[in-house]
Amino acid sequence: MSILLSSNAQWVLISTMLLGIAAGLIGTLSYWKKQSLMSDALAHACLPGIVIAFFILGEKNLPVLLIGAAISGLIGALCIQWIRAFTRIKDDTAMGMILSVFFGLGIMLLTIANRMPGGNQSGLGGFIFGQAAAMVKQDVYTMSILALVVIAAVILPFKEWKLFLFDPDFAQGLGLPIKALNGLYTVLVVMAVVVGIQAVGVILIAAMLIIPAVSARYWTHSFKWMMVLSALFGGAAGAVGTIISALGEGWPTGPFIIVTVSAMFLFSLLFGLEKGLLVQYIQHRRQKRAVSPDPVPPDWGISTKVREG
Amino acid sequence: MVVLSVNDLSASYRKNVVLHDVSFQIESGTLTGIVGPNGAGKSTLLKSILGLHPILSGSVSFFGSSLEKVKKRIGYVPQRGSVDWDFPTNALDVVTMGLYGQIGWLKWPTRLHRKKAMEALEKMGMADYAQRQISQLSGGQQQRVFLARALVQEADLYFMDEPLAGVDAATERAIMSTLQELKAKGKTVMVVHHDLQTVQDYFDHVLLLNRTVIAHGKTDEVFTAEAIAKTYGGTLKLAKEGTGYVHIIKQ
Repeated sequence: MSILLSSNAQWVLISTMLLGIAAGLIGTLSYWKKQSLMSDALAHACLPGIVIAFFILGEKNLPVLLIGAAISGLIGALCIQWIRAFTRIKDDTAMGMILSVFFGLGIMLLTIANRMPGGNQSGLGGFIFGQAAAMVKQDVYTMSILALVVIAAVILPFKEWKLFLFDPDFAQGLGLPIKALNGLYTVLVVMAVVVGIQAVGVILIAAMLIIPAVSARYWTHSFKWMMVLSALFGGAAGAVGTIISALGEGWPTGPFIIVTVSAMFLFSLLFGLEKGLLVQYIQHRRQKRAVSPDPVPPDWGISTKVREG
Repeated sequence: MVVLSVNDLSASYRKNVVLHDVSFQIESGTLTGIVGPNGAGKSTLLKSILGLHPILSGSVSFFGSSLEKVKKRIGYVPQRGSVDWDFPTNALDVVTMGLYGQIGWLKWPTRLHRKKAMEALEKMGMADYAQRQISQLSGGQQQRVFLARALVQEADLYFMDEPLAGVDAATERAIMSTLQELKAKGKTVMVVHHDLQTVQDYFDHVLLLNRTVIAHGKTDEVFTAEAIAKTYGGTLKLAKEGTGYVHIIKQ
């Protein structure tokens, strides 16, 4: 527990919280763009860039590694778009291909890097599952600023994002630059992934971009509140997961954050006010009772069928 | 005055050319029905005109100018099925979207904008549903919301993609009286329409389309049995009754 008391740990906590908020907001965009899987593909596609940046630099310098990650993530996104536009391969297949090919390449390069002199101590492996405790103050600043940029880029043009997601054709008719927004969206997803890479890792960051938004959907019928709740869920999961992982020496942060956010999802799924399973069950029971007022219908020897609604 | 001029427009969808050599001019203050069989390229025509679908060749001009310069004077009602009605928002909010151009980018709608949107909903008989989730509206109500959203744009030239498809009779009447009102105000409206029976009652002009313009002009002059047969090919049988109305029997 003592690790939480150090000022560095507090900064790490703030940065994972900001990461959660940013990921929650971007996740809501992805949810309504129906591209939740895209974030997973982009995250995996970041890994080779990190290792290549390490090769070029010869040391672990976080901003440079993140730039490498962003570049290879964007290349992955371009590949997916290219496959979608110029071949007969469908979206999900294209994403699956890019995800596994880039990740495989990343792991291969990582193995080579670890065999290099000094490579083993580089801690590059931490990018796979996340290692928030390994972050130094400078890293925390970098992540936090990136996260704040992402948050601002979602909140400021809020009504534009809403229109873009709901009705892009109409939006274009009004003069909204749809192509630019599509590009900005991809850049923001990559940025959110990059922010989370050190704390959560390339494999699990996708969960932070998917689960908070899905959980929020169970509580509200308003796009604005879905954003707010998704950001809250993400931020809370980031903070709680980081605290738990700080309890043990060398515990990876990513998995704990994901377990926390998954617990929130389970709770939302069961008890959510909008189509949560419990509410649905109660409504169904009530409707059933309204249709057949007698709790036990008398048996007159006629087989009656209760209509399921 | 010519408000829309389409010259030799062609467009493809996937690998097929769906529109070729489409040329026509629309006069201001007209209400035109675009009619043709499935796959004739009616929706693609609207989208190509509005720059939502890439064109292969040809040109389009609005009010003698380019689309970019007069975007604010053009209103568009997409097909109802083109959006996800599960999107978490209410009817009033969707109508307010029609004002986003006037509100300005990055700015938030004010009470005045909400009032304007509310008035448009009232006009479409939807005032009681303003706060209703759009997922809980019937098909007809959803279409009215779309119409209201176009009305708040206060455009001079409207394009509507099948606004009467799958709506109830009351909604059809409400929409048609709104269109007549727009026309009375001197606005120009182009409507993709699928019901041949009502063309003569609803539209003063008709554009018969099957990958290219088969006929275009005043309804009572161009909407003839021969022209319809030519547009629909062998898929329809026509029977003419004493009233002069064209009755169509689908095979």
